[in-house]
Amino acid sequence: MSRSALNEAAKRCAFAPVFAALGDPTRLSLVAKLCGGQPCSISQLTEDTQLTRQAITKHLRVLEHARIVHSTRQGRESRFAFNPEPIEDIKRYLDLVSEQWDDALARLRAFVESCPPM
Amino acid sequence: MTDSIEKRMELKAPVSRVWRALTDYREFGEWFRVKLDRPFVPGQVSRGHITYPGYEHIPWEVVVVRMDPDALFSFTWHPYAVDPKEDYSKESPTLVEFRLEKTATGTLLRLTESGFDKIPAHRRLEALRMNDGGWTEQMKNIKSHVTLGA
Repeated sequence: MSRSALNEAAKRCAFAPVFAALGDPTRLSLVAKLCGGQPCSISQLTEDTQLTRQAITKHLRVLEHARIVHSTRQGRESRFAFNPEPIEDIKRYLDLVSEQWDDALARLRAFVESCPPM
Repeated sequence: MTDSIEKRMELKAPVSRVWRALTDYREFGEWFRVKLDRPFVPGQVSRGHITYPGYEHIPWEVVVVRMDPDALFSFTWHPYAVDPKEDYSKESPTLVEFRLEKTATGTLLRLTESGFDKIPAHRRLEALRMNDGGWTEQMKNIKSHVTLGA
């Protein structure tokens, strides 16, 4: 794994908004509904919730800002669809940081196991 | 979505030896490949630069949090902030913790890097488990990857 690949991944994914967007139970349930792949209208997403259409719309905008969902207009209605990319980017980033630690810890092992105690 | 990386490693060296490799700034620099100019002090910034071939121009900066002898060494940093033109200071840092435990054959080292977000990971994971398919699979991959360890 090259450091430039790591750098690229780090640059591509702006973590904070993605994690922040996911850190709310309502938004998580919206993601849960949408990640089946089927785009939904705001009315569909408001069904079975105690929340108003306005509240759901607000949450959808937060998810949209983090690129976790995107909306398209169909006639008078907006439909929202799941976009897996930001979350995949985070996974990739964590994988890369994790690999870097594997390398560093392997060097630590070699270091402490080969040097006799002073 | 997990927000931390965890590693466990058994080392055939006494705890005091591992402790020194972690907390003596020269020894740390040896294996971590960073050149530091002064000892680690809790609450203080430690600065240096990477000595990894090809990356010598890259500054390295952490804030030491705790140094509990033979037990816990921790610092905060911006993980692999490798682009000198980028300003990482606005991002929340992550917390790196090295914990040591004596074992029959040497030392158990547990490394945790946490704070990739500030949200309880278990809550997100629970909610995401509601879906099957790709998502759940991906969560499992992340979990196994970060918990397998070195």
